[in-house]
Amino acid sequence: MKKDVKWTKKDLLGLEDLSAEEITLILDTAKSFKEVSERSVKKVPALRGKTIAHLFLEPSTRTRISFELAAKRLSADTIGVSGSNSSILKGETTKDTAKNIEAMKVDMIVLRHSLSGAPHILSKAVNASVLNAGDGWHEHPTQALLDLFTIREKKGKIAGLNVTIIGDIAHSRVARSNIWGLSKLGAHVTVCGPKTLIPVEIEKMGVNISYDLATALKDADVINVLRIQLERQKKGLFPTIREYIQKYGITQDILNKYAKKDLLILHPGPVNRGIEITQEVADGQSSVILEQVTNGVAVRMAAMFLLSQYKTGKA
Amino acid sequence: MNILIKNGHIIDPANKRDGVADLLITNGKIAKIGNGIKEKTDIIIDAKGKLVLPGLIDLHVHLREPGREDEETILSGSRAAAKGGFTSIACMPNTTPACDSQATAKLILEQAKKNNLVNIYPIGAITKKREGKELSEIAELKDSGCVALSDDGDAVMDAALMRKALEYASSFGLPIIDHCEDKSLTEGASMNEGFMSTTLGLKGMPNEAESIIIERDIALAALAGARLHVAHVSTKEGVEIIRAAKKKGISVTGEVTPHHISLTDACCKTYDTNTKVNPPLRTQEDIEELKNGLKDGTIDIIATDHAPHLDSEKDMEFDSAPFGMIGLETALAAVALSLVETKLLKWSDIAVKMALNPAKIIGIDRGTLGEGKQADITIIDPLKSWTYLEKDIVSKSKNSPFLNWQFRSAVTHTIVGGRVLLSDGVLQC
Repeated sequence: MKKDVKWTKKDLLGLEDLSAEEITLILDTAKSFKEVSERSVKKVPALRGKTIAHLFLEPSTRTRISFELAAKRLSADTIGVSGSNSSILKGETTKDTAKNIEAMKVDMIVLRHSLSGAPHILSKAVNASVLNAGDGWHEHPTQALLDLFTIREKKGKIAGLNVTIIGDIAHSRVARSNIWGLSKLGAHVTVCGPKTLIPVEIEKMGVNISYDLATALKDADVINVLRIQLERQKKGLFPTIREYIQKYGITQDILNKYAKKDLLILHPGPVNRGIEITQEVADGQSSVILEQVTNGVAVRMAAMFLLSQYKTGKA
Repeated sequence: MNILIKNGHIIDPANKRDGVADLLITNGKIAKIGNGIKEKTDIIIDAKGKLVLPGLIDLHVHLREPGREDEETILSGSRAAAKGGFTSIACMPNTTPACDSQATAKLILEQAKKNNLVNIYPIGAITKKREGKELSEIAELKDSGCVALSDDGDAVMDAALMRKALEYASSFGLPIIDHCEDKSLTEGASMNEGFMSTTLGLKGMPNEAESIIIERDIALAALAGARLHVAHVSTKEGVEIIRAAKKKGISVTGEVTPHHISLTDACCKTYDTNTKVNPPLRTQEDIEELKNGLKDGTIDIIATDHAPHLDSEKDMEFDSAPFGMIGLETALAAVALSLVETKLLKWSDIAVKMALNPAKIIGIDRGTLGEGKQADITIIDPLKSWTYLEKDIVSKSKNSPFLNWQFRSAVTHTIVGGRVLLSDGVLQC
């Protein structure tokens, strides 16, 4: 049955728009691409002759490198544009920039943007495929896909697992994409943090809410620890970093007390060591943070490959 | 020029008229209403099967002149109003400069006079530059033709200043129209707060940002013994608070827009910035209560909050785009679709909410079809289907969430002071 699923979308904007079958198709495709990165010659000709523009209008290191490596390992030609050296600062809109890039016959645009919905507006304006590399607080589909890939690889399945996402859910695109992806594949998702960091009516996305870390850890098979942006404290969403660490920081102590022995710990990075997670835990046995990064390249290769299939299918 | 409107269904709640008759206009005034009027006139309008209402009055329009004539002018806004069946419009003071002085009010009225189309009534700013710090010269604004006061776009956040504004304005008989929004609860927000804002990753405005200020303003209006008009009520809480205040006999009136009773925040799903408006599109639950409020009289008027913005401003990320949508040309049809065709209100109720009550709130002698009154008349075909296309928009800006909607009622004639500005759906100006 799985083989019958075909990629039919021009863009990858979010996991909300994808079916369980489409998500699984990306994960399965990523599995074969993961092997490419382990060879000594890390390149396949899948996207030879294609041009991919990486339009990163918000600072990013690992996601950008991951996307560029993915494109290069598929033999695509890549160009990179970042916020600071693009014409965005000269008053040109994102759409204008993208349309100009497209006019130079680019096949795919990878967009990272600080505002939610930017890739959606772009996707309507250009014929090129648009791959969302994170938009505002909205979605970060490839991050969630690499999280799903990592969980599936480690746990052998997604369905039936209890996954807890901890931290600033309200301002997290990683959380939203994870919730969509995990729920579609049958996991039970809990979000955990103080009420100021939990967005309203999130329970309608099918998640449980817990304001208490111990409770949220108890039955969890997987936890995904989100980065706490220090500016949130300045906005009054929690009183002090110190208190946040006391109540929601992941320490070996609290894991010993409440967590399952085979708990898997994910973090989308970059890690604030000693804040949302201690050094000991981040580098510990249960942590798969670096494997997530490795899998990110494979998942992004898969996404780019499938999107390029849509284009060739059309032509 | 004399005009005879034949066989129309005349709806004039002020004079309890609701039936087929002829209406004669001479010298810009309504001369006679009756059956079988046989006067010789320059123009005869066959209104068989159509509704003849007092000219519609919109108390909430942004004309953008002076300052943003690229978005709209008094002329283009007047033409859009005539197209939509409005014979009088009140324009909000958030222009550049703000209408906080005699000079700006007079400029607007002079432009309006020069155009000589629909009646224009300026609304003056409550505070200088709409900054919420010092009262404008309110008495002089009244003397120069302003019919109400508002800092629309912003609430007067300082409660003591709002109290003084209510007290001072009421000394000169001017109502205060407040845009009720507690800005501390809406900072950085671009849509309604709820499930949609959560999934879209946009910051939302809770209903309470509106209802808290409505509650405060009503308390202050009661304290000041002043008249308060609450602009664009969008929340069920807002309706409930106004209903309770009216029961207590407090002098408050309420307004809703056609878009707040037609569209929910689900329309923001595609990040279409034409759905970005302040107050934001809310939920079905809110719509139901707004409709209840219209039905039971809690909400007195329907006004458009016509807010023109250029494509180049709206064609942005959702957070970056300005708030607002145009509404003059779709108001009547949208209202018919959600209120009349659903049998919630009758056409006579629409005449009350869109002509009679607005006239009362700003104290102008319009909104009725009494003999001897100014001949401001709107004729409606209640069975005419049409599609709202961008190319047909008269307003300078095209930012409407109703683009390509199909409507089933249409304005066919707009007559202002006996001058036909719209005839069979075609602008004559």
